[in-house]
Amino acid sequence: MSEIFRHRLSRDPFALVAAGILVILLFLSVAAPLLATQDPFDLAALDILDSELPPFWLEGADERYLLGTDSQGRDMVSAMLYGIGLSFVIGLLAMLLQLVLGVSIGLVSGYVGGRVDAFFMRLADIQLTLSTLMVAIVALAIFQTAFGAEQFGRYAVLLLVLVIGIAEWPQFARPVRAQVLAEKQKAYVMASQALGLSSRAIVVRHILPNVMMPVYVIAPVQIANAIMSEAMLSFLGLGMPVSQPSLGSLIHSGFEFIFSGAWWITVMPSVLLVVLILVMNILGDFLRDALSHKSHSYY
Amino acid sequence: MTFVVHRLGQMLIVLLVISCFGFAIQTSLGDPLRELVGQAASESEREALREKLGLNDPLLVQYGRFLRGAVQGDLGTSYFHKKPALTVILSKFPATFELVIAATFIIVLVSLPAGIYCAVHPRTFLSRLVMAASIVGMSVPVFLTGVFLIYVFAVQLGGLPSFGRGETVMIGPWESGLVTLSGLEHLILPAITLSSIMLPLFIRLVRGALLEELGQDYVRTAFAKGLPRRRIWLQHALRNASLPIVTIGGLQAGTMIAYTILTETVFQWPGMGFMFLEAVTRADTPLIIAYVMVVGVMFVLINTVVDLLYMVIDPRVSLSGERS
Repeated sequence: MSEIFRHRLSRDPFALVAAGILVILLFLSVAAPLLATQDPFDLAALDILDSELPPFWLEGADERYLLGTDSQGRDMVSAMLYGIGLSFVIGLLAMLLQLVLGVSIGLVSGYVGGRVDAFFMRLADIQLTLSTLMVAIVALAIFQTAFGAEQFGRYAVLLLVLVIGIAEWPQFARPVRAQVLAEKQKAYVMASQALGLSSRAIVVRHILPNVMMPVYVIAPVQIANAIMSEAMLSFLGLGMPVSQPSLGSLIHSGFEFIFSGAWWITVMPSVLLVVLILVMNILGDFLRDALSHKSHSYY
Repeated sequence: MTFVVHRLGQMLIVLLVISCFGFAIQTSLGDPLRELVGQAASESEREALREKLGLNDPLLVQYGRFLRGAVQGDLGTSYFHKKPALTVILSKFPATFELVIAATFIIVLVSLPAGIYCAVHPRTFLSRLVMAASIVGMSVPVFLTGVFLIYVFAVQLGGLPSFGRGETVMIGPWESGLVTLSGLEHLILPAITLSSIMLPLFIRLVRGALLEELGQDYVRTAFAKGLPRRRIWLQHALRNASLPIVTIGGLQAGTMIAYTILTETVFQWPGMGFMFLEAVTRADTPLIIAYVMVVGVMFVLINTVVDLLYMVIDPRVSLSGERS
């Protein structure tokens, strides 16, 4: 398995480069506490006199701040290093929540069938029509009104993970359910039933390992989607507060300065965000092609 | 006819669910007393007012009252605008509607030809370029497209306006920006931004659906009969391909409404989405509830229209009986 995988990867330069960039970005974000010259979360470390300094190739740059500073005097390099990590952690946790919810519901729905199945699948339909972003915006807007902005900011990571995680479970549940329906027909399941194993044991020990394939394919794309959702929500002011900058809230905080010439506050985290999402999408495409028998998917 | 009745029944159920949701928000968010009397009132005064407003009634009675109000178009009064919430929302509706229509226009105009081209010539350089560009396009969040367009066309080149609707004209109750030059100028960047996020998806969708049809036997037969290629592509295959396009395209309506919030925020477009975010920052609860309910109704209407479109596209589909 991993043999074939490595072989395929070596023949796909696109995916190889993408994987390389991802590894570098992740390494940078893990090493952020060592690499960053400043703690972007510590308001006391910021000096307002250093605000809106341009990056090093422009006039008026300060050598302490390689890529300039934002409107509060936060070092862009440090903020972005921490920002990647924060965005990625939110994306990863949200995806894991979707995975746990989606795979469990998919397994139960597919194995039990009948009313349970109909209920969950109708629920999935409704949730998909409403669109994740809409659900997330409305839910977070209500939380923010209920708690007030300050309280909201303290729990922003948790709320974002919960909202994005819960809103997208059908993405995992549907393919898993379809796979379970196919596996249920196979002889090994019948054999286990004849042996008198409990449904729980059959589902968890025997069916689950066989339905994980679509999960591996969907996971990276879902991380990318979650990172994108987080960025959009933060941009709307419904995500991470400015005092704890993720990539999205960095872009948000720089947006109003784009007209006054301080474009770097918005543009540099934007580029990083697009690169991060693009890399995950390319890897997702690669995984789909490598793991499925079809060489190309249409959609 | 049965279909219409069936559908209306479904709509009513969905609307009831939405109203429960709206009511739940109303009861859990904000204390109406605080808005009315402030901090100074004594506890007994508060209690009297609470009794008078019916806040001590059982929840079901309160819900009945909420529902009666909602049916009569009374969704409460906006704290900020001091006007009925529904009136505020409906006055913002034309702006959002015109933006969505303009974006849809661009999507159809670009994704159909591009998708068809990529399906009938899948191996040419241009097709590969379009497909590669669509992957990049899907990775760019919609607000970044907006920021980029503003930076290039409004800040650097300075040709196009970057916020607001420009001059508008009242046509009856409808505030339109489509009939003035300035209104149209203001529409260009937001419309491109809103369409940009859906374009990659629709190009892939049109391409995928059409490719699927082009592999079918009836297409081969049509070629064998010597029909002109263009006619096979556009009249035979595309017609059948339009069913999945409309299905999945219709599903995107919800996403589109969500993206209007982002687009309107970037361009300060005075529509419903921008108003909603303002309402959130001002904790204007009645307006938030009214927005959620109006958007809910819009979802139901759009989905009904999509179902009706099926019948037009595919005469075999009959929606009168049970769901298949």
